[in-house]
Amino acid sequence: MPHTCLVVDDSRVVRKVARRILETHGYAVTEAADGQQALDACRAAMPDCVLLDWNMPVMDGLTFLKNLRLEFGPENPCVVFCTTENDMDHIEQAITNGAQEYIMKPFDEEILIGKLAQVGLL
Amino acid sequence: MSAPLSNAAFDVFASMLKTRSGLVIGPDKVYLLETRLAPILKREGLADLNALADKLRYPGSETIARDVVEAMTTNESFFFRDDKPFLHFKTQALPKLLATRPSHMPLRIWSAASSSGQEAYSLAMILAEARAMVGDRKIEIIGTDLAREQVARARSGLYSQFEVQRGLPVQLLMRYFKKEDSGWRINEALRAMVQFREWNLLGDLRPLGKFDIVFCRNVLIYFDQQTKAKVLEATAALMPEDGLLYLGGAETVLGITARFAPLAGERGVYGLATSTAHGPRVTAGVA
Repeated sequence: MPHTCLVVDDSRVVRKVARRILETHGYAVTEAADGQQALDACRAAMPDCVLLDWNMPVMDGLTFLKNLRLEFGPENPCVVFCTTENDMDHIEQAITNGAQEYIMKPFDEEILIGKLAQVGLL
Repeated sequence: MSAPLSNAAFDVFASMLKTRSGLVIGPDKVYLLETRLAPILKREGLADLNALADKLRYPGSETIARDVVEAMTTNESFFFRDDKPFLHFKTQALPKLLATRPSHMPLRIWSAASSSGQEAYSLAMILAEARAMVGDRKIEIIGTDLAREQVARARSGLYSQFEVQRGLPVQLLMRYFKKEDSGWRINEALRAMVQFREWNLLGDLRPLGKFDIVFCRNVLIYFDQQTKAKVLEATAALMPEDGLLYLGGAETVLGITARFAPLAGERGVYGLATSTAHGPRVTAGVA
């Protein structure tokens, strides 16, 4: 069974870039354009991993994360933030609220795959 | 337009690099000279590598010669590169050393060819994370590199956003780095654990002192057999009976020196051949 990853980003371009990298490494990828869509997607079929943007319309990444952990517990799915927010406050908030890893944009294949390897999903 | 590199000019670079740093370049590495030395050509207003070689032939070119060696020997580095040697150090070597050494004896670790410092700081982070096990024991981590600029960079402990995301778990970023305008800087406490020195591996290594653990990765690959043997033997002379040497993935001691022997079942980890401290050895004849 391939690992599954839900890519959550309001930019179609970013979703496409992430999808291409992930698929190259054997992931089955689904997409969502905001936190609400992502939450609905998780309720329908829980992915192994969520790649999560911060700033999005409707529901932002942090709110999604809090809701996700409240509803499904602290461990699964594995959440990796992937955002232009690159200060310590944001990183600490993300980790405190249950994200496992954090990517500061811009990212490349090496960073994304490296982070997934660190959380044990490769 | 620049002329192709003449054989005579190539020899100038090849022999200078060999003498000063041990770096061996073959004619297939001309592209490396071209890409790495382009910034120096531009800075010096030189048309091509032939002109640079001419300049190096004359006295008074010491600064440029040094820059050429630095540009050619500087290698990419990242935190916890290759993972496995760090894992072995953390879970095997460190607990064993701490258990077998009297607590007043300092632990000395050498990051040879430390480049921009990520390897040395990775080791420092492992030790800081293992504080409960390490206790009050004195730890000295020494990073050495031939390149002055790299040593200065390593000392500054300042890394770009890209660099802190390669190999470094976010928890360690949070614990040991501070964000600044120009990047992420290793915090004071961690920087105090590591000392960086400008040092040539081909020179006398004895003043560096004894080392329980040596990380010497991805540098021997650039040397010829004889130079590899010389560096490995000089390194062995710095290590106690139960010391450990970590080499890069593409490197080995087999067929080069009998001073080290691989640890059975481990890749890239070597003990002194005479030692019985690490259990059974893979002998050169068997491997």
